[in-house]
Amino acid sequence: MKWAALVVLALAPLAGMGNYPLHLLIMCLLWGFVYTSWAIMGRLGMVSLGHGAFLGIGAYVVVLLWNHAGISPWLGTPIALVLTAVVAFVIGYPCFRFKIVGHYFALVTLALTEVARLVIVALRDQTGGSLGATPNTALADSAWSLGALQFSSKLIWFYIILVAWLAGLWIWGRVDRSMTRLALEAISQEEDAAASVGMNVTRLKLGVTLLSALMTCFGGVLYAQYQLYVNPETVSGIGISLQIVFGAIVGGMFVRLGPTVGAAITLLLAEVLRLAIGHDVHGLDTTIYGLMLVLFIIFMPKGILGAILEALEKRRAAKTAAATA
Amino acid sequence: MLSVSDLTKVFGGFTAVSNIAFEVKEGEILGLIGPNGSGKSTTFNLISGALAPTRGSIRFGGEDIAGLPANRIAHRGIARTFQIPRPFRRLSILDNVALAAFYGHAEHPAREKAYAYAREVLKLVNLPSDPAARVDGLGAAGLKKLELARALATGPKLLLADESLGGLDESEMNQAADMLAAIRKERGITIIWVEHIMGVLMRVVDRCIVLDYGEVIAEGRPDEVAHDPKVIEVYLGTDAADVQKTVADRAT
Ligand SMILES: Nc1ncnc2c1ncn2[C@@H]1O[C@H](COP(=O)(O)OP(=O)(O)O)[C@@H](O)[C@H]1O
Ligand SMILES: [Mg+2]
Repeated sequence: MKWAALVVLALAPLAGMGNYPLHLLIMCLLWGFVYTSWAIMGRLGMVSLGHGAFLGIGAYVVVLLWNHAGISPWLGTPIALVLTAVVAFVIGYPCFRFKIVGHYFALVTLALTEVARLVIVALRDQTGGSLGATPNTALADSAWSLGALQFSSKLIWFYIILVAWLAGLWIWGRVDRSMTRLALEAISQEEDAAASVGMNVTRLKLGVTLLSALMTCFGGVLYAQYQLYVNPETVSGIGISLQIVFGAIVGGMFVRLGPTVGAAITLLLAEVLRLAIGHDVHGLDTTIYGLMLVLFIIFMPKGILGAILEALEKRRAAKTAAATA
Repeated sequence: MLSVSDLTKVFGGFTAVSNIAFEVKEGEILGLIGPNGSGKSTTFNLISGALAPTRGSIRFGGEDIAGLPANRIAHRGIARTFQIPRPFRRLSILDNVALAAFYGHAEHPAREKAYAYAREVLKLVNLPSDPAARVDGLGAAGLKKLELARALATGPKLLLADESLGGLDESEMNQAADMLAAIRKERGITIIWVEHIMGVLMRVVDRCIVLDYGEVIAEGRPDEVAHDPKVIEVYLGTDAADVQKTVADRAT
């Protein structure tokens, strides 16, 4: 069943899907990967509003190194990952060491994502400021360039991003089954008790934060190379951070496919809003995201997929109970 | 085994623990008693690394552990329970204890081993080790047992038990006291046992230290302490007579 669905998904674009639906599908998987990356730590009580910063580092560092130093994304990506690890450590270590949790953690990370956006805007001579930047094209006289990680074919991007998304789900599963996940759940419930039985709280939190940040950074690299355009608003800042949190929570951050379902929903919502209201009403979508996020957290904290799976589980339990009675 | 000297903790301008000093010998059960607010839990927080001392030394097995982080102290072999139980509420009882068995040892054991050990400890304290058993279903006595099980699962040499009798009825109190005695006897674990009432504690401990306003005011065998005028004054004579009887019964 699971594998059949995967085969259908992998073959779908070959069955003559139009460019626009294929683009939506790619975006769905790409954001699904990013939201999954966020939820790996978000579900464990570490609600970061700073993931825009990691996304932005991934997107911008690779593009800037390519444009200004001719460094291939194959080298630029590890550089961006190292930089992300450093930033995640610098922000995470003091937070975890001094027990900054909950809303305070959200606020600190929120500041981080805004700093990232402001830095991008301020370095406008290099980054293009709020106008954004385009990687110098390597596609002038060929359809693709492996060295520049540029492909004009959406189909190639579909498969690259499909693999990334699957890898994200696989990592989720690994974390989910690990002792580390249980430990972090324990820490989110009773931090002092967790430390008293030997857990190195700071190290455990840093570990999962680094994992989540690095995955998100990689998502940023893919986004920039696929779109061939980066903009401070779309890869960093409050707006995108809020969208990530919104998507993961709405889809259901406690189940493996929840964040991906959330990505599909946010994408559809954004498309509908765009068609209904147009581009002009700047900031309205953020407002709507914020509002819906509050409603979901109050009324459906397990998210849409989480709630559906729970209902199915209940029905099955009732059935087996009826069968055995 | 444990030797505390000149231990002091100041919160803001308030001295909760003031220059206390005591020793614990391997294999003994030491009672640490004193009225509410006399600094007993703070002393435990200092020994277990939940708080860093303002001043003073804590030597365990010959090494100074004062100010080490809680997880490192757990690995050295000191486990503690919390006066107000702090279970991992949304995990199963088994997971609560298995986590302690896994992370409580500096070299994390294999997962199956940690779970096997957790089951063994749960059996010892009479709690269900079935993975479906949740923390929500536990009453006061169950939560106290879970605190104890979680601490024991780290494989301690020294156990700090904070008010294991709080909220229990008479028969549960006796059970809990017997359990601590059995833990010492069968596992050879040294115990410091804190209570604010003397009561059944006096039946089990080898030696007693009495705290008042963060200072040690008396120290000795239970019968000595129970007749100490300073101790009787602190307890306003309330249960001194009862306690003297408990101690007398024990001798016979
Ligand atoms: N973290 C803290 N911050 C400030 N004051 C504290 C703190 N912990 C304990 N105290 C104070 O220290 C004193 C001793 O508390 P405690 O050690 O819990 O007493 P006991 O366990 O003997 O009842 C009390 O007056 C308490 O209010
Ligand atoms: Mg206390």
